[in-house]
Amino acid sequence: MRSGAAPAGGQDSSQICLAMNNDALVAIDHVTFGYDQRVVLSDVSMAFPRGKVIAIMGGSGCGKTTLLRLIGGVLTPQKGTVSFEGAPVNPRDRHSLYALRRRLGVLFQFGALFTDLTVFDNVAFPLREHTSLPETMVRDLVLMKLNAVGLRGAAHLKPADLSGGMARRVALARAIALDPDLIMYDEPFAGLDPISLGVAANLIRRLNDATGATSLVVSHDVNECFLISDYAYVISGGRIVGHGTPAEVQASEDPEVRQFIRGEPDGPVHFHYPARSYAEDLGMSS
Amino acid sequence: MSVNEFLPTLGRHALEVMRGLGHSAFFFAELLKNVPSALRRFYQVIAQVHAIGNYSLVIIAASGLAVGFVLALQGYYTLSRYGAAESLGLLVALSLVRELGPVVTGLLFSGRAGTSLTAEIGLMKAGEQLAAMEMMAVDPKSRVLAPRFVAGLISMPLLAAIFSAVGILGGYVVGVLMIGIDPGAFWSQMQSGVDVWEDVGNGIIKSIVFGIACTFVALYQGYEAEATPEGVAQATTRTVVISSLAVLGLDFVLTALMFSTPN
Repeated sequence: MRSGAAPAGGQDSSQICLAMNNDALVAIDHVTFGYDQRVVLSDVSMAFPRGKVIAIMGGSGCGKTTLLRLIGGVLTPQKGTVSFEGAPVNPRDRHSLYALRRRLGVLFQFGALFTDLTVFDNVAFPLREHTSLPETMVRDLVLMKLNAVGLRGAAHLKPADLSGGMARRVALARAIALDPDLIMYDEPFAGLDPISLGVAANLIRRLNDATGATSLVVSHDVNECFLISDYAYVISGGRIVGHGTPAEVQASEDPEVRQFIRGEPDGPVHFHYPARSYAEDLGMSS
Repeated sequence: MSVNEFLPTLGRHALEVMRGLGHSAFFFAELLKNVPSALRRFYQVIAQVHAIGNYSLVIIAASGLAVGFVLALQGYYTLSRYGAAESLGLLVALSLVRELGPVVTGLLFSGRAGTSLTAEIGLMKAGEQLAAMEMMAVDPKSRVLAPRFVAGLISMPLLAAIFSAVGILGGYVVGVLMIGIDPGAFWSQMQSGVDVWEDVGNGIIKSIVFGIACTFVALYQGYEAEATPEGVAQATTRTVVISSLAVLGLDFVLTALMFSTPN
């Protein structure tokens, strides 16, 4: 297992690690990336095996979404490589990048539905763009996808008429429209009420099992991620601080992992943003 | 600011301006490259002509009428001093077809359709719709921008023609119906004095150039807008300012090229 941190331990973990190295759909190999002077990811290595649900967890701004952008070829790593089925992802080669993206489904944080199209047309969009299927077949496929997320009856609605949870489900139906090999979820649980949250978590697991795709869930929602994932990574400060099966990560003694999963306000990740001393700022220092 | 600070600041700004120009030139080239794909899906262009052109008709027609009224009043005042009031039709037509039609339409277009395009594209960017399209292996420049660009190109000359036509009718209403100029003289002077190629043709060329400039500026500003409410607002403002200045600047250049050589 290539990683910046030791696995959380246990036989289950090592078995999954072996599977990852042998049958990884996506491999991230010693990747470093930053914006200007700020390093977001530092020498990170991961591998995502086929057919599994992998959770990548960490606090806001820890580099989770950046990781998705690197896999999707939106960003180029400063060091290291990202590969899909063994072939490096090259954002400069537009042709191969678009060929790769046709095999990806991405669920954006707030759905990113096309507001001028109906729910039906949103789900039909990738089918119409990338296939020459007759309209009757497109209709059947769209209704099947919408039925899978429980929104067949909302096909005629506009995105503005949907709740946040419904919009997320429509976006999920659109993301799976072309039966992708890899589905990437960017904060799929953010801002959802408990019922919508449970529905979304259940759908991710169920669709992954039904389609045989690989799912990559980027989230800071600890409980839901542990509930649906086969394997989890915890990122902090641009590096992997823990990984393993959900049970192993939960049992981890690493202080950063413990602070994150218990939601402690202070610890290795400080409550206060770096600053001069309080006394100095108040003009009380001698 | 000392010279030591001023020169590097000046250099930095100059480099930023050059980088911006280079970037916009690449963007323009990409737009042109995607025009054939937009033409292949002409139904998208038609939808955009409807959105950009049809919805601008009221403001264009109303402005054309007002400009025609004023031109006739001002023209009559000047021409009557020289006993040439019958040439009013010619003056109104030439002013509109050669100059005011394309220019005022360009300015109105940037305010009505340009801002709408910038805000639409900027909000699509802020809502991650363009990013979603990219991740679906669909190029937003081809799918979203190119049809709007072609639609702007088609709409502007048509709107300018409508502006001029309505303006001439406005001139007729004031000059003939209100002031009492002979209608035969009004129309015949216009017919004999306006050249189809020299005047109307050059006016059409101007409006096509303004259409390209205004639509390009609007799309570029929307696409490059910062994905925040302030960013979209600033981009919309920049669209109006840059488009208007571009129309006025290009008008001078084109007029100098077209009409400077005497027949």
